[in-house]
Amino acid sequence: MSYLVRRLEFFFITLWAALTINFILPRIMPGNPGEAMLVRFHGRVSPQTIKTLEVAMGIDNHQPLWQQYVQYLGNTLTGNFGTSVTFFPTSVGDIVKQGLPWTLGLVGMATVIAFALGTLVGMLSAWRRGGWLDAILPPVFIVVSAFPYFLLGLIVLLVLSLTLNWFPLGFAYDVTSSIELSWSFVGQVLWHGFLPALTIVITSIGSWILTMRNTMITTLAEDYVKMARAKGLSPVRIMFMYAGRNAILPNLTGFAMSLGFVISGAILVEIVFNYPGIGFTLLQAVHSEDFSLMQTLFFLITVAVLVAVLAADFLTAWLDPRTRDAS
Amino acid sequence: MAVRVVTDLAPIESPPVSSRAGVLAGLAAALLQNKKALAGLAMLAFFAIVALLAPVIAPYDPHSLQFDPILRPSLAHLLGTTSFGQDIFSQLVWSTRQSLLLAIIAGLMATLISLAVGVSAAYLGGLADHVLNLFTDVFLVIPTLPLMIIVAAYAKSGGVAVLIAVIVITGWSYGARQLRSQALSLRNREFLEAARVRGERSLYIIVFEVLPNMTSLIVAIFLGAALYSVLAAAGLQFIGLGDPNDLSWGTMLYWAQANGALLAGSPIWVLAPGICIALLGAAFALLNYAFDEISNPALRPVKKAK
Repeated sequence: MSYLVRRLEFFFITLWAALTINFILPRIMPGNPGEAMLVRFHGRVSPQTIKTLEVAMGIDNHQPLWQQYVQYLGNTLTGNFGTSVTFFPTSVGDIVKQGLPWTLGLVGMATVIAFALGTLVGMLSAWRRGGWLDAILPPVFIVVSAFPYFLLGLIVLLVLSLTLNWFPLGFAYDVTSSIELSWSFVGQVLWHGFLPALTIVITSIGSWILTMRNTMITTLAEDYVKMARAKGLSPVRIMFMYAGRNAILPNLTGFAMSLGFVISGAILVEIVFNYPGIGFTLLQAVHSEDFSLMQTLFFLITVAVLVAVLAADFLTAWLDPRTRDAS
Repeated sequence: MAVRVVTDLAPIESPPVSSRAGVLAGLAAALLQNKKALAGLAMLAFFAIVALLAPVIAPYDPHSLQFDPILRPSLAHLLGTTSFGQDIFSQLVWSTRQSLLLAIIAGLMATLISLAVGVSAAYLGGLADHVLNLFTDVFLVIPTLPLMIIVAAYAKSGGVAVLIAVIVITGWSYGARQLRSQALSLRNREFLEAARVRGERSLYIIVFEVLPNMTSLIVAIFLGAALYSVLAAAGLQFIGLGDPNDLSWGTMLYWAQANGALLAGSPIWVLAPGICIALLGAAFALLNYAFDEISNPALRPVKKAK
């Protein structure tokens, strides 16, 4: 049990760290950027909104620092993120609500596909050590994973959309239609989401393949695999139930660890495809110097990653008795 | 954004070494026998030469707006011109300097922080280890790009220095974790015990006994950090958070994208810097993977005849 307790402890400490980074950043940057933002706000919003923003940006110098800190933590944890300059007068919370489902859907699907496919291919490649799969895949994916996400996105866009006209140029659905629950709309979403998802899968699958392959190679040398062979078990059974099953654990940990990287890449993919998710909103916030929107997005993306990491931790604890028993 | 291959580090079983020359000679020999390493080295050398000889190679002034906009590739303009009438090939050649330099500097700095945090965590142990380890994990999990975007957006017009700082802050944690686990596996080795019994100071032991035995991992971590720097810098500059007047591949992409180069029918403006970024990244990735093979013998390619 202590394993899960430690992981929960880590969850909250990281959450706190993200909040604190948000609090400290505007205060240590030269030439208070928040003030410039507030100037554009004056006369347009209620004094109470101004107050919230001041707390977040550290402009309100009448209060001691710790009081600002407590107030800021309170505001964020109760979901009071302030108002966005970019999409005035919509609140930051509402804007995030519009973008979040798209990002979660896109990144979630793409990551699960990449993880499942990558693990399987890695397993096969280690199993047939020195075979054609093992000879081709590692070098190919080392090179591909060095591709910036956005570059692959641009190439895919150029070839499949602009030149061949197979796929739409961007956005999550036809701009002319409205959001509804119908087959044609679902079809549109899948159609529009295909290229961004493909980009994420291609660029992220390499690390799953290589990690799985490398761990599997180590696992295949274990005595219990030799034992299984000696017993004359079928190769398929040895591959999945003996070697693969044990090799997948480090890959799962790696999965949790690299989610942050995947999300970072997905943000750039959204920007390339004008996909209306969190990453695209983040870019708009950057261009209009909307710091409260930026901070909220950073905070929420961190929360999303942390929840996923926690889920992977629980899964690991469930799959691997050793983590549960270790003190 | 970068390949993060998680492998259980092989315990070091080779006899301990204490002279740096011996380690480096061994590494060099291993490198020359590895195809992936050779390919990576060749690509890196190519970019280094282009960066050094930029004034000789580039036919025109990269900033000059003297040509017609969006010219097709021709003998006079190998890759055509931009919407502003700049020669794309000249821009590409000059940009090699900043992109390469940034990768190496940011990679080196991130590696130094990884070393400081990772090795001291392993060596000090106890509470210090716990705190440093937690610190590392926090930085490992926090999504880097949003954090980089926020910092860069706050410190706008900070130029290359801000870019490097942001990359270093977000890029050191992975290496620190790997170095810590390898240093932990070294901690109880006899030759370190011997040094402690001899009464050597901790700093001496770390610098002259521990570090030489981790050379290949340290080099691998530098290469990983450099790869991360290439991609991170390109990403930040691409979305407009670099100095738009800089000459670098990421900035070229930013201007190309801002002017709708793909739709305007000049895909080379986008593809040329993009492919350079990918090739430089691939060079670091290939070398990195080769070092993984060198330091972990189990991963080396097997001979087919068996």
